[in-house]
Amino acid sequence: MSCLRGLANSIGLVAGLVLAASASAEPRGTGDLGIIIERAAGSAVLVETTTHTALGRFEGLGDLSHASAVFSRDGRYAYLFGRDGGLSKLDLLTGTVAARTIQAGNSIGGAISQDGRLVAVSNYEPGGVRIFDSRTLAPVADIPAVYGDGEKRSRVVGLVDAPDRRFIFSLFDAGEIWIADLHNEKSPAIQRVPNIGREPYDGLITPETRYYIAGLFGEDGLALLDLWAPEQGARRIVAGYGRGEEPLPVYKMPHLEGWAAAGDYLFVPAVGHHYVLAVDRRSWNEVARIPVQGQPVFAMARPDGRQVWVNFALPDNGVVQVIDVASLQVVQRLTPGRAVLHMEFTPRGEEVWISARDDNRVVVFDTGSFMPVAQLAVDQPSGIFFAARANRIGM
Amino acid sequence: MTAGCGGEVRVQSRPPFMRLIAAVLMSSGVAAGGERAVEMRNFLRNDCGACHGMTLQGGLGPALTPVALTGRSAEELRLVIRDGRSGTAMPQWRGQLSDADIDALVEILLTGDEHELPARSGK
Repeated sequence: MSCLRGLANSIGLVAGLVLAASASAEPRGTGDLGIIIERAAGSAVLVETTTHTALGRFEGLGDLSHASAVFSRDGRYAYLFGRDGGLSKLDLLTGTVAARTIQAGNSIGGAISQDGRLVAVSNYEPGGVRIFDSRTLAPVADIPAVYGDGEKRSRVVGLVDAPDRRFIFSLFDAGEIWIADLHNEKSPAIQRVPNIGREPYDGLITPETRYYIAGLFGEDGLALLDLWAPEQGARRIVAGYGRGEEPLPVYKMPHLEGWAAAGDYLFVPAVGHHYVLAVDRRSWNEVARIPVQGQPVFAMARPDGRQVWVNFALPDNGVVQVIDVASLQVVQRLTPGRAVLHMEFTPRGEEVWISARDDNRVVVFDTGSFMPVAQLAVDQPSGIFFAARANRIGM
Repeated sequence: MTAGCGGEVRVQSRPPFMRLIAAVLMSSGVAAGGERAVEMRNFLRNDCGACHGMTLQGGLGPALTPVALTGRSAEELRLVIRDGRSGTAMPQWRGQLSDADIDALVEILLTGDEHELPARSGK
């Protein structure tokens, strides 16, 4: 019944956008559901991981190149952030678009608050962060990323949620990390952390939520901010990791996600080099540089932390390699298809779903045997996001 | 922008050759024809698009629409693609692309692609 009531509310909120909805006859949970972005078609496929099947498709979602998603705390809704500034609220239970707004001209990602009430979007144009009511997508606050003489606005990357009603993000053009405290929703309090390093390209929050880490594109290194003592500023870690080596042209900007932490280590792509850095999470020193096939884009830890799966920029983007965390060595090389863009583990990590854009398919692998167990036809798939993210902070 | 208009397409129901034909037809405004033009259009959308946006409206890299490129010469664009722009995230592509590939890209960029981007018309 509550499902039907929610559906009625959604319809009331968004006239004109609700598709022909047919609430499923059987009540069900969303813990094994997720979405796969079809970047070129502007749609997203609703999938179920238990049966490896597509259950439906959300359409009319705009430019979804580089799209990503977060989930409501009840796991029912996905909030999808499109490149064109589109913010869509997708109902996984009814397979319908519950709400949608165009909130900016050019966007790169988003986050949902700890209490699930606010959705934040990081924008390139206009540079800054905008915050919305997660129920209605009504605007709540606007945080222009002004810097320097106050005239310029920076593009914003690496937006994550943090405990205590905070959002944290990095300013690519300004080299700053900002902490936005949303206790006063209409007027967020901003704490600026300057001089973090040149051109932060993405950021993550460690699983225990104490540290925010920004990867730097403009220099070799990462910026580490202790959220228990942000007033101390960011410190540079693994600085100069490529020293003495000729950096390679970087054909695709790497990504950082909370999934990069495995056991005692954080695994991060070395920008412009053919290795993944393993960083000790206590000392923040480099403990290993693991040679891999190409320039890493994602280094994602299986939920139990035993493996890290890595995909690559051109021309090695048809390959996925698996690092064994116990030995810090590559133990497996897979070729799921042409142009591997993203990987997503099932909540407990027994399987991983991998998108191969140019082969129009998503391949599911058993992470124990490394054998493919299923394949789905998806139109130019990019990001894969499972609803279990709803229960992880910084996702 | 309006990529959603392609949302009705189900890839399973459309044979690959239809896609090829559609792409070739849509490239009629560009002299660089044939398979390379199709390939380079896809490259532009997907790989250049990783930074410049799939519809070339810009992202971490600047917009590459004909309007945004007004006043840029073919030679200038050729050099930027081939050698990159130092001090920025724009890499040199000469290790990945042949001179002919780069020429094809420049031609597409200067001619404009608005009737193709987003390429999937949905019909």
